[in-house]
This record gives sequence, structure tokens and C-alpha cells, in this order.
Amino acid sequence: MIAERRHWATRAWALMKGLPLAGRIGFALVLFWALAALLGPSLAPHPVGAVVAMDVYGTFTAAHPLGTDYLGRDMLSRILHGARLTIGLALAAAVAASVTGTTIAILSATIGGWIDEGVGRLMDALISIPSKMLALVMVASFGASPTLLILTAAFSYTPGAFRIARSLAINVRTLDYVQAARARGEGTGYIAWVEIFPNMVNPMLADFGLRFVFVVLLLSGMSFLGLGVQPPDADLGSLVRENISGLFEGAPAVVMPALAIASLTVGVNLLIDALSGRSSQVEQ
Amino acid sequence: MAQPHVQVTGLCVAARGPGGSEALIVRDVSFAIPKGQVLALIGESGSGKTTIALSLLGYARPGCRFAAGTVRIGSTDVLSLDDEELYRLRGGQVSYIAQSAAAAFNPMKTIMDQVVEGTAIHGTLTRSASETRAVELFRALALPDPEGIGSRYPHQVSGGQLQRLMAAMALITEPELVVLDEPTTALDVTTQIEVLRAFRHVVRERGTTAVYVSHDLAVVAQMADRIVVLSEGEVRESGATADILERPRHDYTRSLLAAARPKPRTTDEPREDTPLLEVRDLGAGYGRVGADGLPEIRVLDAIDLTIPRGATLGVIGESGCGKTTLARVVAGLVPAARGEVRFDGEPLPTNLHQRTKEQFRRIQIVFQNADTVLNPAHTIRSILERPLAFYRGVTGEAAGRRVAELLDLVKLPGSLADRRPAELSGGQKQRVNLARALAAEPDLILCDEVTSALDTVVGAAILDLLAELRRSLGVSYLFISHDISTVRAVCDDILVLYAGRKVESGSRSALAAPPYHPYADLLIASVPELRTGWLEGLPPRVTIPIAETHAAQPAGLCPFLDRCPLRVPGLCDRLAPPRQRFPSGKEVLCHREGEDLARHQLNTAITT
Repeated sequence: MIAERRHWATRAWALMKGLPLAGRIGFALVLFWALAALLGPSLAPHPVGAVVAMDVYGTFTAAHPLGTDYLGRDMLSRILHGARLTIGLALAAAVAASVTGTTIAILSATIGGWIDEGVGRLMDALISIPSKMLALVMVASFGASPTLLILTAAFSYTPGAFRIARSLAINVRTLDYVQAARARGEGTGYIAWVEIFPNMVNPMLADFGLRFVFVVLLLSGMSFLGLGVQPPDADLGSLVRENISGLFEGAPAVVMPALAIASLTVGVNLLIDALSGRSSQVEQ
Repeated sequence: MAQPHVQVTGLCVAARGPGGSEALIVRDVSFAIPKGQVLALIGESGSGKTTIALSLLGYARPGCRFAAGTVRIGSTDVLSLDDEELYRLRGGQVSYIAQSAAAAFNPMKTIMDQVVEGTAIHGTLTRSASETRAVELFRALALPDPEGIGSRYPHQVSGGQLQRLMAAMALITEPELVVLDEPTTALDVTTQIEVLRAFRHVVRERGTTAVYVSHDLAVVAQMADRIVVLSEGEVRESGATADILERPRHDYTRSLLAAARPKPRTTDEPREDTPLLEVRDLGAGYGRVGADGLPEIRVLDAIDLTIPRGATLGVIGESGCGKTTLARVVAGLVPAARGEVRFDGEPLPTNLHQRTKEQFRRIQIVFQNADTVLNPAHTIRSILERPLAFYRGVTGEAAGRRVAELLDLVKLPGSLADRRPAELSGGQKQRVNLARALAAEPDLILCDEVTSALDTVVGAAILDLLAELRRSLGVSYLFISHDISTVRAVCDDILVLYAGRKVESGSRSALAAPPYHPYADLLIASVPELRTGWLEGLPPRVTIPIAETHAAQPAGLCPFLDRCPLRVPGLCDRLAPPRQRFPSGKEVLCHREGEDLARHQLNTAITT
């Protein structure tokens, strides 16, 4: 197990060394936020809901490195907890969207014919629904719950993932090794998962990163409008909203969670760009 | 001897590997070309021939650099030029003719615009003067309608014409040196000969100094005064063309020569006559199926063939003639629109979904391009284990043993099993491709151009392997190729396809003597022979102008009508040709009688 872990660590290190500067910055940011989501709550100096300071919208001090919020709670602890929620929800939704989209796409591309045509048109129809509007309608009808948020976000981003995955699968489908598998008499499932899927994993991972960023922004936006994660829980978006009145005082309490969202999304984007740039170089 | 016109001395080119370390891909190459002579660089892929050719233009591909040596053209030291001077050199003093003319032309501009581009860029001639010169070149290159062809777009002319137009593009600035990089490799033999003739005429007439890069010794023998034989970036041997062909000194040259003259790999021993595969009146194609049950674009029409058990049938024809579609119909990848396929006496469904697993197992297809036919995500082991598990349920240790046996059978080391396809050479990949087919223990293997993408020496080894497997395992082959010498070397029976129709078929020996179908005759006569002076010795090709009567042509006419030098006006353009059987046992689709055909034919009997 330890050997395995070291193996992964060395691979990650080798990966990082091969990246350009922007990619390294992205890698560091992603690593930072991954650790924050995993370990943050146990490292947080204060409980998430505890009022620990007398002054609200406090500035950077040794006791409260990121200041305090509108009730005098420790911002660092709130951001560490919020990051886990934001990243967790977004990850779940992005995984659901990518997995569903890719599965439907590969099967549809492998089967071909009118099924492929029909599924494609249906997805085209779905992609025309604005994701934020859909989310607002869903929350208005069913109330805000983490499950509903995940489902809504996953539903909104599945057609996008489907489109990318299908265009990749269509390209792979016509290649000789897939033809050879067909001539061997292989079934649809085998061709989809064993022949086609492994050759589109890399671009799909890049796409997954993008979906993740979209979902983070959607959920944060929902929370900012007060329709996302509900108190007493708070994700990064709701942290910005609840401290919005501190904006006029220039309080860290509103700047810091906004910065957190920005650095997370920018970090993921930088990393993806560097990785996909690298893989296309290798192909050349 | 006077100062040679082009002199390359001690040229070394270094390439950066994936680890950042540099390796020399061209080592200490020197040669000289006197003015007006043609020098050929010959070698297999990876021998550095294109790298050397590009160095004459002062160009090193990305990741490469000139490590040492000089390239001198006239009084210019090419490798010491700066970008500005190189810009004037390229296309002006030195020009380049690439392998694929189709990729070198811009589809959005007329041909004339692109041909005169060189003079416009270098500002050497006015537009009208360069157009006049272009028309002269078109005429010299034997292009049809020299005055009008310039106003067409690239897609409106044929591949062979486009290749000649690219030569015109290269020659318009009257360069001191022309570099021709495999200019006919992508063409069919019947087209290649026209292009070679045109190139040769122009080069001789204008006294152009040229470098001709090729892997094909027979082609080079027609074009070059001197040959430089390369392998692994080094000069193995150089000398006058006739000397190299007749008195090769280096072992490598000998192996190239041996591979270029394929030896027969079949024996004429009596064989069983039980048919394994029978195809009757087969029609197939692509596109929407019309009211008559036939597809919109018909690729194959009225094909009959029989492969006896243990025999090899060769299918030959130019690109687009339907030979690959034939293999795909038998493999079940393209449904037949008409006719029937019988395998081992049983009707064989041409739709994949109706075939049984046993039928899949007994017919295996080996695709042309080994680079794309192995899934890059899988190891060689899992590629070979799949048919074992799929057809026979063999897994675990037994499968591991069988993989080792299979690799041994195709003469690959067992250590390759855990590599991925990208780590293998082209020849190795083609062997794995073959091993995968053999893993199914098939009765029939469909070989679709299996040696076309390989170097001659590697291809010859694959042919040997096929012949050996046939002896030891008793498999039958449907062997598809565009190369008549390959087909002759490995096949018992041969079928000539033209535009989806069977124009000639018979045993190998029957196909070695006239009378031939006019297309087969042209095809055989177009294969360059491995001797100098073959091209000059050919009679000029006669083509009867085509009467414009396409509108009311009845169906079923001879497919070769438009190109046939022996067509009988009033007969061939009115009646469908009969399928004649000659005393030698061959079938020919033609109106003319056997003796009549033989009298007009380009070929005499072929000695194999």
C-alpha cells in the first residue's frame, strides 16, 4: 500500500516536472484545494459556527489570519469548511455528468444508426436549456437540498459531456482496430468499453475538469443568490453572499471566499490547459 | 572532372530524442552531382533519405539540426545562409516536389495561380510571361489541354495530373536543382508510368540537375544517372545506376535488390479442389438503397470467385477498384446487395449480426495499415489473448502459453508481449496483426494490402511468413494487392478487378502469358522493370479519343471502355462484353478474340 502510494507520489512529481510554469501553478493550486477539502475541517482552528471574536468584519490578525465575518466567526475555519462543501458537491455533480454523458455517448456512437441520431437530437434539445434558469426553477419547485443541487447540476452538464464524448467516440469508431473488432464478431459492449473508451479517456478527463469548473461556478452563483446551500451550512458562494455588506468596509470576509473560488477555478483551468497541450504535443 | 554542381560533404544531422538527448540520424554523408545529372537517394523508411533531401533546401525538420558538414549548390553554401537568403533560395534556386500533390495544392485557388506563385514571390517574371512559360511546361509534361488546364481547380484534375502540375510549379522558376521526394509513390502503376515519362522528358530536355528520393529501385533505375544507397543515415554504396543494379557490392544493396524481385513462394503441387469460399454474382456498394435493391454507389458488380481449400487467390487492381470492399463483404463489414457468398458449402450471411461465432472465427481479416489496426491502449498480450478468450474460452496460463507460441509462429520475441503497439516497428506490428488472426485458428485469412505500407525488405519477410504458415497450417488466403509482382509471387489464382468488375481471372501460370484483357495488359506493362532503359524502350501509349456518347450508354458495358486502346467503335460502346474462356483456362471480359488480343498486346510471355 505504501509502495503504491509512493508510486503515485513519484508519478505526480514527474507529471509536475514536465509541465510549463502555468501548468505548475495550476497543479499547485489544485493540490492545495484538494488538501483543503480533504483535511481542512480537521485543521480548522475553530468550529464552523462558533462566534469567536468581538469585532465583526475584522481584518487579518494572528488569531484570525483571514479575518472574521459578519457575526465575528473565524473566516479561515469557515472557508476550510466551505471549500469541502463546494468541492464535494461540484465533484459529485461533475462526476455524475461526465459518467452519464460519456456512457450514453459511447453506446450511442457504437450502436449508430437511428438510435445515435435520436439521442443526439435529444441532447441538442437539452443543451439549449440555460443551466442557471433550470436550477432556479428546480429550487423554486422542490426547495434547496444538496441532493437536488447535485442532480440539477449533473443534469445541466450531461449534454455537454455527451457532445464531447460522442465526437471523440465517432472518431475512434472509424479506426481500423474497431473495424477489426467488429469483423471478429465482438458485441457492442466490448467494442464500447474495451476498444473505444480507453482511447478517449485523456480528453474526457480534461473535459471533466472543465465541467467541474462550470459546476463550481453554477453552485457558487446559486448560493450567492441564496438558493444554493442553506445555513447553517455554507459553501464558498454563500460565504460571499452572507458577508456582502462587508464589501464597503473592504473586509477580508467577502474578498477571501471570492478569491478562493477564483483560485480554485483558475487553478483547474491552468492545469487542464497544460495537460491537454502536453498530450497533443506527444501525439505530434 | 569539373567542379560538380551540387556537393554535399560530411553532412551530419542530429535529432533530439524524447529524453532530450541528441542522436545523429544522418552520419557523414557525402555526394556530388554534376550539372544536368539526376542522383537518386534510395533507402527504406528511416534511412534518412528525406532528411538529406531537405538539407539541400537548407531545411531541418523541427527537433533536428545540422551538426556538421556542408551543402554547396553552385557557389552557394546552403547551410550558412540566414533566413532571408534561404527564402530566396527555396523555390527559386532549389525547388521541391513532394510525395502528395493533393496535399500540396490549395483547393481554393486555380492551378495557374499556384503554378506561377514561385515567379511572383521571387519577382523574376511578369505574370503573362510566367503564364506562357507555365503553358510550355504543361505541354512538356504531356498534360491534356495545356492552355486550359491552368484555369481549373485542383480537384478537377486526376492525381497523376496533379503530380505533374506540381512538377510544373517546381520548374517554373528554372531552378538549378530540383528535389523530387517519392513523387510517384502514392500513384497507381498505370498512372505512375505517365508521370515518370513526363518527369524524365522534362528533366532531360532542360538539363535540370535533380535529386530523386525513392524506396523503389525499379523506378529509380528509369530516372537516375547515379544512385546513393542509404540505410540508418549512412551511405552504404554509391555508383552509376547500371553498376549498382548489376554489380552491387554492399550486402544491404543486395538485399534491396532481392526484395525488389519477388521470388515465387507457391508450389504448383496438386491441391484439393473442394471450394472453401465461393462468391456468386456479388454486388455491393455504399449509400442509400434504391428501388431495385441496389445501393446508390455501386462498388462491386457481378463478381464470381472460388477459393479452393488451402489455396491463395490474389485480387489485383488500382485504388478505388473495389478490392478492399470485396474483402469487407466477405468479412461481413459491408453487406452484399446482390448475389451469394458460400463458405465451406454453407451460405454465409453478409450481415454481421446473422453470423455465428464459429463463422467469425473461421474467417479472419488482416487490415492494411498495421499502425492503426492495433489498439494503442492495449498491450500485445491482451490483443492476442482476446481472440483466444473470445472464440475458444482459453484464459489464464493456457492463454499465456498460446500467446508465446503465436509470437514464436510470427517470429517475434516473447518479450514483446508486454509492450504496447507504439513501441513496435511497422514490420513487428504487421506480424502481431497476423498473429491475432492466427490466434483464431482460421480457415481463411483475408489479407488486405498487408505489405503495402511496409518497406520492401520487411514486406518480403511478411510474404515468406504467409507462405510458410500456409504450408504448416493449411490456411487459405484472399490476398489483395495493387502490386502485380507480389500477387504473382504468392498466389495460385489471380483475379483482376477494374472499376468493380472482374475483367480477367485465371491461374497464376495462365496469367503469365497473353492474351490478356487490355487492362491487365496495361497493368502488367506498367510495372517498372529493374533495369535501366526500360522506360525509353516502351512504345508510346495510344489512346483513341473518346466519342462523347455517355448519355445513352446501355448498362453493363465494358468498364475499361474509356481507357481501352483496343476498343472497337460501334461494338464496345453498344454491347456488353461477353465473358470468354480461353484455352489456357483464363476468363476475360472482352469482345475481342484471344488471338486478336494477343496480336496487339504490349506484353509477351512473362518468365517467372
